Amino acid sequence: MVERETALDLLRTMWRIRCFEERVATLHHRLQVHGLVHLSIGSEGVAAGVCRRLRDDDAVYSGHRAHGHALAKGAPMDRVMAELMGRSAGLCQGLGGSMHLVDTQHGLMGATGVVGGNLPMAAGDALAARLRGEDRVTVVFFGDGAVQAGHFNETVNLAALWELPLIFVCENNGMAEFTPRSAHTKVARVIDVVAPYDFERRLIEGSDVGAVWTAFGEYLEQARSGTGPFLLECSTHRRSGHYEGDQQSYRDALADAEWAQLDPIARLEARGKDEGWLDDEAAAGLTAHADAEVDAAVRFARDSPPLSADDAAALVYAT
Amino acid sequence: MTGEITYVKAINAALAEAMRDDGRVIVIGEDVAEGGPYLATEGLADEFGSERVRNTPISEGAVCGIAVGAAQAGLRPVVEIMFIDFITLALDQLVNQAAKAHFMSGGQLSVPMVLRTQGGAGGRAGAQHSQSLEAWLTHIPGLKVVMPATAADAAGLLRAAIADPNPVVFVENKSLYFRREPVPETPEPIELGRASVLRRGGDVTIVALSRLVGEAMAAAERLAADGIEAEIIDPRTLVPLDLDTIAASVRRTGRAVVAHEAVRTGGFGAELAAELQAAAFDYLDAPIQRVGAPFTPVPLSPPLEDGYRPQSDDVYAAARHAVQWADVEEPVPLSDTGRSRGE
Repeated sequence: MVERETALDLLRTMWRIRCFEERVATLHHRLQVHGLVHLSIGSEGVAAGVCRRLRDDDAVYSGHRAHGHALAKGAPMDRVMAELMGRSAGLCQGLGGSMHLVDTQHGLMGATGVVGGNLPMAAGDALAARLRGEDRVTVVFFGDGAVQAGHFNETVNLAALWELPLIFVCENNGMAEFTPRSAHTKVARVIDVVAPYDFERRLIEGSDVGAVWTAFGEYLEQARSGTGPFLLECSTHRRSGHYEGDQQSYRDALADAEWAQLDPIARLEARGKDEGWLDDEAAAGLTAHADAEVDAAVRFARDSPPLSADDAAALVYAT
Repeated sequence: MTGEITYVKAINAALAEAMRDDGRVIVIGEDVAEGGPYLATEGLADEFGSERVRNTPISEGAVCGIAVGAAQAGLRPVVEIMFIDFITLALDQLVNQAAKAHFMSGGQLSVPMVLRTQGGAGGRAGAQHSQSLEAWLTHIPGLKVVMPATAADAAGLLRAAIADPNPVVFVENKSLYFRREPVPETPEPIELGRASVLRRGGDVTIVALSRLVGEAMAAAERLAADGIEAEIIDPRTLVPLDLDTIAASVRRTGRAVVAHEAVRTGGFGAELAAELQAAAFDYLDAPIQRVGAPFTPVPLSPPLEDGYRPQSDDVYAAARHAVQWADVEEPVPLSDTGRSRGE
């Protein structure tokens, strides 16, 4: 069970992500957010339940669907928005964008647009933590689509062989881009893919943020003491298309009642009302607060110019 | 103080020195604890232990990625890809991740890693263990590319590469490994981006890479006997490139030959020739000559492989061709060896 304060923090975090991404969708349609944008609406519970457990020096490696992980890990929303809008005040001075969010100050060490490319880098981070005698933990987020990539097996093998303090967090939304998982592999559950390596692994419902918080916390405690790896597989529903603009002709929309069962925010709010720590007014307040933060983030981003070409060119090599 | 050691021993000693000086330096790759097939990492595991000299499975992609992640977290990994041909398996990590991390993070991340590998034909190893692929890597902003031709340069450039805050691809050549050459007892780092002028001459500039440096020096002896003085320049690092030194030489000699073992088409010689014609157009007395391998995979058969590899004869012929250009009404015919030279 999750304490009331924790539950409220998780709900607040999920609303921040949801309101941010809904605005990103709007801004993308208006051509103010650029490029390939992948929303995580439906899997905010995983981002919140995992990242709110972590310290700033714990490292997170993410993929192309990274907004939620960045916000939950502590990246300031205004600088994330500025990054998506290609502005110099962005986290990465507008040179990375939606798929490449980095905030080293908050331990967001990389997000990659190449599916599965983040996995070995996360293992390298965990190796460095061990060799440097640090008690920090590395978390790598990936989707079920990455599991069929060669890097996945190479990395799982090495992480298991070297017993790295690395927690694999799979957001299994059952879809690899436009195609259901069943069309790509015979193995439905990712925990079964890694079974021969025999490290601790568990499949939970990602829409139950309390379950994510609890299960991840158990792995985190062990990884903190230097053991690993672990796999937490979270089943989630990808509410949006693969990317913004995806017509989704490959699937039918969910009925509202079905979505309410899969929506981590609706589930936690229903529980809060059942348990009496949330009412309609408080819930509306959380949403309004998140929306106001998004408004301010958009204003902040709009006020920032893009980086100059000379300043960008000066960042090709470290000095 | 200098002593004579081999190129591969110079690399081995430079690795050991770097590991002694800096606890952040680790060596990682297939069979590195056993020294690898050429013994470049021999003895390092005995001195520094298996945590810092780390054997890996045959997983080039993950191993390169682990080096990238470890570098971003503050270590200074030296990852070995046993043959440059296998770098194909690690290119996502090298090209998409390592090369772009500093830029795409707006300067937050840096990747101080060295990827050591070796290329070149001559080992009768066939087309998948003999290539010269350095030109691919020079096309990627964010990577540095080093190609030492001598034992002393290998040692000094490796020290500088390990100290560099960027991903550096360090391309050795298997047919240079066991030549004995003078090397300083304690090699100082050699700044990346400084060409080496190995021979002075006023008639033709020969820019040669890696193994072709030795071939160019041999060609220069023959040219001297013909009364032609060649200036031999080894850029040593392709990225960053010391174009100033090379262009200054070409402006003085008016003739240039660029020579490497890689396939001529799309080779780094094309980049050198293009930069030199722009930097020295008004000074050129002949078209810039290119020496490189023909556009075929490396053949196994010994006579075919020997014919495939550019040699000092090819450099000599290309230099003669450049020098004679202004003296003949019709360009002299190309030889029929099947090797590409001249234009």
